Parts: sequence; C-alpha cells; structure tokens
Amino acid sequence: MNIEDIKKPENIVYKKTPILTDNVMHYCPGCSHGTVHKLVAEVIEEMGIQDKTIAISPVGCSVFAYNYLNIDWQQAAHGRAPALATATKRLNPDKYVFTYQGDGDLASIGTAEIIHACSRGENIVVIFINNGIYGMTGGQMAPTTLLGMKTATTPYGRDAKLNGFPLVLAPMIAQLDGTAFITRQSVHTAPAARKAKAAIRKAFEYSQKGIGLSFVEIVATCNSGWKMSPVAANKWMVENMFTKYPLGDIKDVLKQE
Amino acid sequence: MAEKILMKGNEAIAISAIRNGADGYFGYPITPQSEVMETLMKERPWLTTGMVVLQAESETSSINMVYGGACCGKKVMTSSSSPGISLMCEGLSYLAGAELPCVVVNCQRGGPGLGTIQPSQSDYNQCVKGGGHGDYNAIVLAPASAQDMYDFVDTGFDLAFKYRTPVIILADGIVGQMMEKVELRPEKPRMTEEELKAIAPWATTGKSADRSYNFITSLALESDVQERFNQKLAAKYEVIKENEVRYEEYQTADAEYLFVAFGCSARICEAVVDQLREEGIKAGLLRPVTLFPFPAKRLQELSGQVKSMMSIELNLGQMVDDVKLAVNGACPVGFYGRQGGNIYTPDEIVEAFKKFNNLK
Repeated sequence: MNIEDIKKPENIVYKKTPILTDNVMHYCPGCSHGTVHKLVAEVIEEMGIQDKTIAISPVGCSVFAYNYLNIDWQQAAHGRAPALATATKRLNPDKYVFTYQGDGDLASIGTAEIIHACSRGENIVVIFINNGIYGMTGGQMAPTTLLGMKTATTPYGRDAKLNGFPLVLAPMIAQLDGTAFITRQSVHTAPAARKAKAAIRKAFEYSQKGIGLSFVEIVATCNSGWKMSPVAANKWMVENMFTKYPLGDIKDVLKQE
Repeated sequence: MAEKILMKGNEAIAISAIRNGADGYFGYPITPQSEVMETLMKERPWLTTGMVVLQAESETSSINMVYGGACCGKKVMTSSSSPGISLMCEGLSYLAGAELPCVVVNCQRGGPGLGTIQPSQSDYNQCVKGGGHGDYNAIVLAPASAQDMYDFVDTGFDLAFKYRTPVIILADGIVGQMMEKVELRPEKPRMTEEELKAIAPWATTGKSADRSYNFITSLALESDVQERFNQKLAAKYEVIKENEVRYEEYQTADAEYLFVAFGCSARICEAVVDQLREEGIKAGLLRPVTLFPFPAKRLQELSGQVKSMMSIELNLGQMVDDVKLAVNGACPVGFYGRQGGNIYTPDEIVEAFKKFNNLK
C-alpha cells in the first residue's frame, strides 16, 4: 500500500483545524499552551465564527498567540487585555471577543482590569492559563505559585511570610454579579482536554447571551519553568496544583439545579 | 447662521465628539475635566448616534479601552488631567508603537504629584516629547478657546487616521473650565462598516474570507525588525513636520519683539501685545497651534526680524527649550512663567518683558 492510498478522504480520522496556522509554535515541548490553542481553534471552527471572533493576547509566553490562530488579534500591554476586550465587545456587540492570559498577566499586574471587567458583566470570554510561574521571563514566582514551590525569585521555596499566599482568583470573581460561567479545567489527559474544550465552547456560547463574563481557567504545566520532564510535570500538577486549584465548574448561572 | 451655544471647553469636547461621529469615549473622573464624561452621560449618545460611553476603573484601563477600540478601527477617545495622563503614558506608548489612531485630551493642572487642581501647562515636555517609553511622538494640538476644543476633536480624529497616530489635545484648566460661545459645525455621521474597512483595512474587524487575518502588535523582539520600525516612525514624523505645522500670528508683520505662547497663555499674551503697542513698543505674538510638529521654521524666519523672543508658559520653562532650538542663537530668548495654578496678569508679563529687554 502506498501513501496516496492511505491519504484517501475516507481514511482520514483526524485533521488539523484550518483555524490553526502552519507556523511552528515557539512553546517548549510539553507546554500546555499548544493544546489549549488547538482547543480554542477547534471551537472557533466548529461554531463557524472565524469571521466574528476578535482575540486579545497578553504579555507572557502566549504573547505570540497571534502567530498561531487564524483570526484577528490585538496584542495588549501586560495585564490590560480585559480593558481592550471591554471596548472591542461594546463597540462590536455581534462579535465573539476573548482574551487569552497567563497567571502573571491576569492575576498579578492585571487584577484591576479582570475584576472590573467581571464586575461590569462584560460579555467576553477569558481563557486563563494558570501554571503557577512566569514562563517567558525565566521562571519567577507568580501570584498563583504554591507555597514551598521553588522559582527563580523564590529559590528556597515560596514562604507565606516572605512572599504572601497563592492568589486563588476564580472563586473570588465567582462572587461578582457580572460573571456567568466560571470553570477550572486542565489538558493533561485526553478526557481532560475534551472537557476543557466543552467548557471553552460553552463560554463562547454564553458570551452571546448577554449574561456576563465567562472565565475558563486551565490549570497548566510549565515543565521548563518547573524544571521537570513533561511527564513528571503532569504528575506534579495532579498531586499539587489540583489540591489548591481543584477542577470543575465553580459558577454557571444557566445551570438547572 | 450656524448655531452658537454658550458652553465650557470641556462640554465642547463632549458635544463635538458626539456631533463628529466618535464611536467611543472611555474615561475616569479627575478635576478639572470631569465635565467631559458628565456631559456625555447626560447626552446619552448611545440612544442617538450609537456612540459608546464608559466610565472605566482607572486611567490605565481607559487608555487600554481606547487601544482596544482603536484596534477595531473605531474613532475612540479619552480625556483626563495631568496625574491621569501619567497613568496613560504606558498606553500612549503602545498606541504609538502599534500605530493606532485616537484622540486624548489632557486638561492640565499643576504638578508634580497630586499637585493642584488649578490650570497649568507643565505637561508640555511629557506630552510633546513622548511621555511613555520608547522613541515616539504624538501630534499635539494646543487649544486656546472653547471653540478650539470643539474643532480640535474633529481635526484630531482626521490627523489620527491620516497618520495612524495618537493625537493629544493639550488643554489646561482655564480652557476646559471657561465658558464661551461655540459655533456648532455641521454634524458628521459615524463611519459605516464599509467606510471603516476602507480607511482602516488593518483593523481587527473579524477575519473575513477576502483577506488574511489582521493582528495589531507593538512587539518585535528582533533588533533589526525593531530598528526598521523605529525608522519607519521617524519617516512618518518627518512627513508630519513637513505638512501639519499650524500656528497663529498676532501683530507680527512689523514686530520688533516676539512673544511665543500656546493655549491660555496665548490669549493673555494678546492683551500684553496690545498694551505694549499702546506704549509704542512693537510687540507681536506667535501662538503654536501644533506643539508637535513645532513651528520651528517660522520662528527661525522671525528670529531675523525681531530683537528678542520671550516664551510665556504656566510652568518652569519647557517650550522655551524648543524656541531656543528653533532660533539656534540668532536672537536672545527669554522666559517668564508662573506655577502651581497661579496665572499671570498682562501687567506682570509686561514687567518681565521690560526687565528682560532692558526697556523702561
């Protein structure tokens, strides 16, 4: 059997979504960003909203997200993506508007912007990648870094007295009247990725219902920053990150009890 | 007869934004310019033109909302006063770095720090020389009346889109707060989607089948790419310097002494010129309307005609440096200023003028 026989349409069981560009990703092998990008891209393709989507990339490893998804992008200053998204959505109410932000961007320098976007009930989607570390600048402490976790700026482990406590943002913003859907997911296994994709799709759908902000936190690995192999990083995440950041829906205003 | 209405300079900004087809205003309250957003909220333009008006949680957020709206090719603006403009400088740098059009009004008050709430011109260097990080300039318009406030919103948007650059309207507490007659020019509707796509094909409007996707960024990482971009900006600024210099002259034809003043100071200096001429001293005034680009060429010409120049500013002497650079030693250049929200009387300026020029 030659290759052309195998490539027949009836034999295709998987194809790359055209919403992903052919650019080679700069992410480290084992990084969660690539998987999350793919999930977002697939949701956009399946919903048929490529021409109606405007995305905002942060400062951090995913600053270059605009190289990988075949949609219109704005690249924001550090932490400010929800402000850009606010104006973009209010000026273009028929569009799907989402931000893609890491934990340093969203939970540290951008806390004012995310909290007020939530409080105002902006009809946008926020994809929040929480890997407990600053990846792009070389592995410094993030607001979400766990106690005891070693980073470039907590070389002896995060100490609550010296460095404060991890910031757990999702339950905080769940209390705000302007949020519609808050969920925490991960992408370390195929079933987890499928659940995460369903959550992303729900968030996109909710953003057109005029019911407020939808927030999808992805507890993620940064094996380079954590100085672990990808497999060891996944195991460490399950054993440590999931305890502080348990997976599951935190708020869903449309859920029938 | 066009309709004339008595209004504050700050109100003129708001009314002009609505009547000139602005798509969005994002702001944060600060004295002495809060009337801009108050007027917009009272007028409720979202019910008439569809203009979006939003009170943000900070000036940092306001300018980033402007950034987001500008990315979409919309006519968006904000206004603030000095401490708020300091917070916006990050955003201004990004707007310049991403070549985005917008209008930012600075109704200056005294500084540094929290300073005073009274009028000042002490943000000249901040606004004219850049303000945020990196090599950039914004076009800076200096209004001297409520009518200017009204007109410069429209002029500002035209220039912002023509050159894909932020435009700053550098006003002050006097121009913002004083009430004057304002002629309402004919209204301009908001841009249609087709017009927007024609004027801003780079905008993030949603990737349609007929084009590749648009992305707006100010990030280069590679030195050569960044340097090429810096040189592209420099070339744009040269075109702006060549084509967009605006200034007004008063009694300069036979002037032997020249005052240089912008904004509210230019209004006061007109009275100074009149007073000196009554005494037989041939004084004149050049009022830069654009501070960037600066009317350096005209000042150079006048430096061959006058005995001296004097820059009159509500600060410790900022524009005077640009006057000196322009005349390059061809004539003496003096300075007189007041600070802290205090405003000079014409008599005070006459006295300083006579002292500088050794006149009785």
